[in-house]
Amino acid sequence: MKVTIDGITVDVEPGTSILNAARQIGGDIVPPAMCYYSKLEGSGGKCRTCLVKVSKGSEKDPRPMPKLVASCRTTVMDGMEVQNITSPEVIEARKGVVEMLLINHPLDCPVCDQAGECHLQDLGYEHGAAKTRYEFDRRTFEKIDIGDKIQLHMTRCILCYRCVFTADQITNTRLHGILNRGDHSEISTYIEKAVDNDFSGNVIDVCPVGALTDKTFRFKNRVWFTKPVEAHRDCDKCCGKVTLWYKGEDVIRVTGRKDVYGEVEEFICNTCRFDTKKTADWTIEGPRKVSHKSVISANHYETMKPLPVVKTNPLLQEANKEQFERETRL
Amino acid sequence: MGRKLLLQHINAPGINTLQGYRQTGGYAAVKKALKTLSPDDVVEEVKKSGLRGRGGAGFPTGMKWSFLAKPEGVPRYLVCNADESEPGTFKDRYLMTKIPHLLIEGMIVASYALGANTSYIYVRGEMMPQIRILEKAIAEAKNVGLLGKNILGTGYDLELYVQPGGGAYICGEETALLESLEGKRGNPRIKPPFPAIAGLYGCPTVVNNVESIAAVVPIINEGGDEYAKIGIGRSTGTKLISASGNINKPGVYEIELGVPVEEFIYSDEYCGGIANGKRLKAVVAGGSSVPILPANLTLKTINNESRLMSYESLSDGGFATGSMMGSGGFIVFDEDQCIVRNTWNFARFYHHESCGQCSPCREGTGWMEKVLHRLEYGHGKMSDMDLLVDVSKKIEGNTICPLGDAAAWPVASAIRHFRDEFEWHVTNAAEATTRNYGLAHYADPLPKIEKAEA
Repeated sequence: MKVTIDGITVDVEPGTSILNAARQIGGDIVPPAMCYYSKLEGSGGKCRTCLVKVSKGSEKDPRPMPKLVASCRTTVMDGMEVQNITSPEVIEARKGVVEMLLINHPLDCPVCDQAGECHLQDLGYEHGAAKTRYEFDRRTFEKIDIGDKIQLHMTRCILCYRCVFTADQITNTRLHGILNRGDHSEISTYIEKAVDNDFSGNVIDVCPVGALTDKTFRFKNRVWFTKPVEAHRDCDKCCGKVTLWYKGEDVIRVTGRKDVYGEVEEFICNTCRFDTKKTADWTIEGPRKVSHKSVISANHYETMKPLPVVKTNPLLQEANKEQFERETRL
Repeated sequence: MGRKLLLQHINAPGINTLQGYRQTGGYAAVKKALKTLSPDDVVEEVKKSGLRGRGGAGFPTGMKWSFLAKPEGVPRYLVCNADESEPGTFKDRYLMTKIPHLLIEGMIVASYALGANTSYIYVRGEMMPQIRILEKAIAEAKNVGLLGKNILGTGYDLELYVQPGGGAYICGEETALLESLEGKRGNPRIKPPFPAIAGLYGCPTVVNNVESIAAVVPIINEGGDEYAKIGIGRSTGTKLISASGNINKPGVYEIELGVPVEEFIYSDEYCGGIANGKRLKAVVAGGSSVPILPANLTLKTINNESRLMSYESLSDGGFATGSMMGSGGFIVFDEDQCIVRNTWNFARFYHHESCGQCSPCREGTGWMEKVLHRLEYGHGKMSDMDLLVDVSKKIEGNTICPLGDAAAWPVASAIRHFRDEFEWHVTNAAEATTRNYGLAHYADPLPKIEKAEA
């Protein structure tokens, strides 16, 4: 099937969503997605950041769709024409959605562990206004411990339902869900019961904001001061392929390997995530590729290499001794 | 005197019992449909009648039925949406209380037309008395072989169940209703797939309003063509209107579509005029979610034609100067009513009832409610009106289900038509808490046509 997104045509399998078709093209025309997660069945359609305009329904029925549609849950038709960043209407609607997502968000990025790898931060940076028009108290919740390793801070939650779908997928019984409705909705603490499960830690990885955080990592470090390294180990429960986040010589955090859209390649078990934090446990594969746009790559190994000018100037060589040593060590 | 099809025998003694209902010619439609017509014929009759959904959207019922997927070996369901909770609408409750067998007869005919062997009536949880009435009526009908196996010896089986609702306005949205009926949290589903393809338990399902299903009975009795003769243009048949507010005779009225709004408000046959000799200020014509109109635009369209109670005429002028038929909740405001307070009240309702699934509605309804609360209590700013319009625009059309639109329209329309009253609440904040703005110019004759031609 042929689908044209912002003037770029791509051939996709029938049944592909507009969002996934856009991801096959890649680049700036990929709509942002806060709630859709390709590994989670049933996710998507809720956050409305991925709204796009369908200017031509299909080859057979060229009528445009009357409303903007959620690209993550709308399947492509042959000959469909979609406008994302080329439609001012879409940009306007997306700005509106981002504003709505932010009015009750605490904006406590300076003390939030997710800062630096937060999708809402990226989204707000790209589409948000500098000042809020919301002049009322923001909603707040008490922090909740979900087991001894995970903390839920509902105040930051944007209700993407990803963690709910994760809990649904890793357990056979329905242990999770949403309590209350409207803007009082909160992630149910029944999710606590999923903590017995070996894969419960994955709710941290799927959370697009800082609502679910790793208690073994909380307040240990800003993410841009840590060094991500790809590693694996033999694990009898999961694939064992992870990203280790180093601070100096210590592994301070283990996460699943995330792709460019922030989605993990495979879920990892709690043993890998919480209990194996020694370099000796792992086989290091090499530094992790991080987008040059990400704040994390500010301290990435490749960019840590001293500049060519430093190598030719003895004075600067002396000043950057530590960096040179680290380079040879790695 | 207009023709009555649904409420014709409403005052007959014992109409709520099977015997009383049969004495007035009840269950003739079941006999006629099951014994002489094929299911496709029934659908054809309903299509010919031009019946449009009475729940609010006004989608042609016959068309909806013909869209139902019919794969082999998969059950099909008919679900009756009796989760009537729109502020200002109470027609379905009246119908179910007074004449439950009409709904049951309609359910049998409609289920037969769709080939459903199990059908549900999803009744709002707060309507416990109506649930009991319906269950009693179903038991009566079952007793005489109108429900159950082999109905009237025709070989058609139908089981009819009443399901009390989960207690949320959102469960009246058809996909949320199906979720709730399945025993899940009543969150609207993301469409497509539409219920006609994958509805209840993943099977093809039709969801219809109580009044739409009840209207099938006169359609079968008299024939679709006869039914289509009543009414005006594409608004055929009769419609129940729940009239409330500052009128002399509030209540449920059955009107032939096409009655002038002015006649509906002022004639003794219907509302009987504004109570206490006051003057009309504004009307919400179709339940809380449709745009509000000031008196002058209620009685006349922008082209200075008389406005009629029909789907087309009420929406004449689009959202700029028109409203919608909606579910027929006709709320009348006299000159003593405060539009700001009313708008806040509606916004508070939608804030409370938003399911919280998608971001614009979850956050936006709360935001609008807070701003309107501030305006009503004299802490507003002049910029608030533009803010409200902007927020409502950002909700409208960007949500999963129509609740977002329903929350946005009343606010946007109130500011469009009553902006000076909102501004007066800012400039005369202290006075606004003690006194109403009054009628002002809202009933003035409309300006001459020149504007409309542009």
